[in-house]
Amino acid sequence: MDASSPLASHLDRTADGGNVVVNIGPSHPATHGTIQIVAELDGETVKRADVHCGYLHRGFEKEAEHHTYHKVIPYVDRLNYCSALNNGFAYAEAVEKLLGIQLTRRCIVLRTLLCEYNRVADHVTCVAASIMEMGAMTAFLYLMTVRDYIFEHLNHLTGARLTYSYVRIGGLARDLPEGWLTRLEEILVFTERYLERIHGLLDHNRIFIDRTRDVAVMTPEHALNWGFTGPTLRSTGLALDLRKDAPYLAYPELDFEVPVGIKGDNYDRYYVRMCEIDESIAMVRQCVGLLRDGPVSVDDPRVTLPEKEAVYTEIEALVHHFKLVSQGIIVPAGEIYVSHEAPNGELGFYLVSDGTSRAYKLHVRAPSFVHMGGMHTLLEGYEVADVVPTFGSMNMVGGECDR
Amino acid sequence: MSERAPLSSDAIERELGPLVERSWQGFGMPVLELRVENLLPLVTGLRDKFDFALFLDVTAVDYPERSPRFDLVYHFYSRRHNQRVRLKVPVPAERPVVPTLTGHYGSARYMEREVHDMYGIEFAGNADLRPILLYEGFVGHPLRKDYPIEREQPVVPYRTA
Repeated sequence: MDASSPLASHLDRTADGGNVVVNIGPSHPATHGTIQIVAELDGETVKRADVHCGYLHRGFEKEAEHHTYHKVIPYVDRLNYCSALNNGFAYAEAVEKLLGIQLTRRCIVLRTLLCEYNRVADHVTCVAASIMEMGAMTAFLYLMTVRDYIFEHLNHLTGARLTYSYVRIGGLARDLPEGWLTRLEEILVFTERYLERIHGLLDHNRIFIDRTRDVAVMTPEHALNWGFTGPTLRSTGLALDLRKDAPYLAYPELDFEVPVGIKGDNYDRYYVRMCEIDESIAMVRQCVGLLRDGPVSVDDPRVTLPEKEAVYTEIEALVHHFKLVSQGIIVPAGEIYVSHEAPNGELGFYLVSDGTSRAYKLHVRAPSFVHMGGMHTLLEGYEVADVVPTFGSMNMVGGECDR
Repeated sequence: MSERAPLSSDAIERELGPLVERSWQGFGMPVLELRVENLLPLVTGLRDKFDFALFLDVTAVDYPERSPRFDLVYHFYSRRHNQRVRLKVPVPAERPVVPTLTGHYGSARYMEREVHDMYGIEFAGNADLRPILLYEGFVGHPLRKDYPIEREQPVVPYRTA
């Protein structure tokens, strides 16, 4: 590698003179993410791998220290952009807990519903991308159809397909539009029909099994040691899920299972994700049943904007609106770590407030980043053709990994 | 799973008290403040006695006016107790060196590299502290409070008209 490369890899010198060093990425047609893998190959076998990320780093944590709490929300959406709502809800909960805000019932149920709905979209994207890289074009197109229906539907609710900026501290930007729940059920039925086709195409497919079974196997101990969480950890058989272990939002009221794998290989990671989609669809339906009329945002002048009508007619409301927009929310001093079960794993926000309207420190515990730190252990010893499926099964999202 | 009883900071103190300077509960999570030299023994104790097998996160907080300047903040998870715990280690700016946890947890490798990038804190014993989110040749530590947000260091120089 030439000296001006931004990455110095210790694999520049191979252990064995007969080995070859291959560079994959960061902009490679077969990886769906800006990741660089420097692999030392002995024939077709990966001997050592050096995984390098950071190509999408844009200083999220630095920006967060210079913006008011509400202005951070659009940045948060761009972490895991396949499930932006989950990021936003975790962030908002950190701020709300420091403020001591109790959300409204409708907000809690709606947030839970949207978490699971977005999880379906995220898992569908992950499965679609990773099987497409193995040549399963039909299955990819089926799943992309599902994903696009969901994104269009969320667009109807939030005004954007991917980066929603829908959450507010203390509530949500707006309530459901008319007919949204009817369309939701249609899409869920549609999704279930398409998932059946995916199961039919892949579950017993000889090519798919040969490519994924017994590839990148790991034990639960190995997974914990390398910090894996979420479906990647559950693929090893450990039923560790924050929605069960530390229930937040409306999860204590929901009836759901935590699917686990058998031996933590790529096939298990595929299957765990597919089972989680089923659970999520069931949870979305339960949430619809729990949904009652009511306000979506708390009636708390510290965080919630006054009604537009009042802003135009009353001086107090105008001043209140102006203060909240120009100065922002004042969050009491303190520190908190809030973690949610994001589609990829434990997504944590560590927030330190010094009692002003800007975070003193906001750190994201990004599951993708930690996963990339351990991925080389799943690449080494397998073939170079397994690199891309293994990488796909981890569902690394550049926005979240590099922040 | 044998016992899933929540673990308080008092219970940890009873077992590993001499290693902890100060402890309290913060939003339901035990927080332990300790000195750098007690980090490795305490982490070993947490892992072996309380099954804190998952090393979740490490980051730092910069207080430029304070001495010691940095707080290093660790988060761990114990499956047996279904509990998260936070460790806070004050680190002086004059000698920002802490022992690495790579001997205990594989996940420390990447996360310590990030803290090294962003705050310039050395992790003694971590053999691989190459830049990870930044690039070779980046000057300074961007998450330190004295690094101005406007400063740009493009790896490829901007084109001028």
